Amino acid sequence: MAKRKSDVGSLYRGSPGQWSWMAHRITGIAIILFLFVHIIDTAVIGWGPTAYDRVTVIYHNWVVRLLELGLVAAVLYHALNGVKIMIIDFWPSSARHFKALSTATIAVFVLGMIPITWIMGKDILDLAFNLNL
Amino acid sequence: MATQTEAKTPADRPLRVGILGYRAGRERPAGGWELWAWLFMRISGILLLFLAVGHVLIMHVGGTGVSRVDFSFVVSRWQSPIWRTWDWALLSLALLHGINGLRIVVQDYVRPAAWRFAVNMLFCVVGFILFVLGSVVVFTFDPSRWLVS
Repeated sequence: MAKRKSDVGSLYRGSPGQWSWMAHRITGIAIILFLFVHIIDTAVIGWGPTAYDRVTVIYHNWVVRLLELGLVAAVLYHALNGVKIMIIDFWPSSARHFKALSTATIAVFVLGMIPITWIMGKDILDLAFNLNL
Repeated sequence: MATQTEAKTPADRPLRVGILGYRAGRERPAGGWELWAWLFMRISGILLLFLAVGHVLIMHVGGTGVSRVDFSFVVSRWQSPIWRTWDWALLSLALLHGINGLRIVVQDYVRPAAWRFAVNMLFCVVGFILFVLGSVVVFTFDPSRWLVS
């Protein structure tokens, strides 16, 4: 008999860690794709100041700076979640405290992102609306 | 009837469960090349924790962020061999870590063997070309070509 919606629920619920697994994967892919672009844009410096400064101007645009804030968040999350993965891999008994480790990872990430968002966000708002914050 | 269906479905076989009572993440490979790749991801991860997070905090958050980055900024920064070494180590480790990560993602989503090989080769070739390009730039960049005239 086919499964009905009421049998499975409307939301797929896997094991704890499925969201961090997904976030780790998405941030990792985002970072490597940016790295590909970033190696090419840095290589343009070999063609001298005119060429390179034309490239860096792209990164001074406020929309790109907003994406840059996302990149910083992705790197920080991927790094902190990577530490969590290593703790569980190298000290398997720590998996008993999986929930606490996950909460700690997210707490450190959020605490780190608050000042970073403030610092970078000021610049972004400044560029977008000439606020001079 | 129900028992027959269960026996036929491989997904219904009990999963190897860990201390949590269910499978937690990717298991450590038993041995061989996959185990070295697994170990490399963790060792490079620890190094990248400092290299990549440090790079991001210095270049994107510290000072005035990327708004200060232009040709003259890179000229003064790359006067120091320490920054060139840092950037080259970051380039190599991030590429290896990222491309091995893509290989694991490809393993999950690209099932046909020929396609999987093709996609992995594409990433390897792109990674190798970018590694050569990045290495050449980091080590051979000489601003005196433009600053003299």
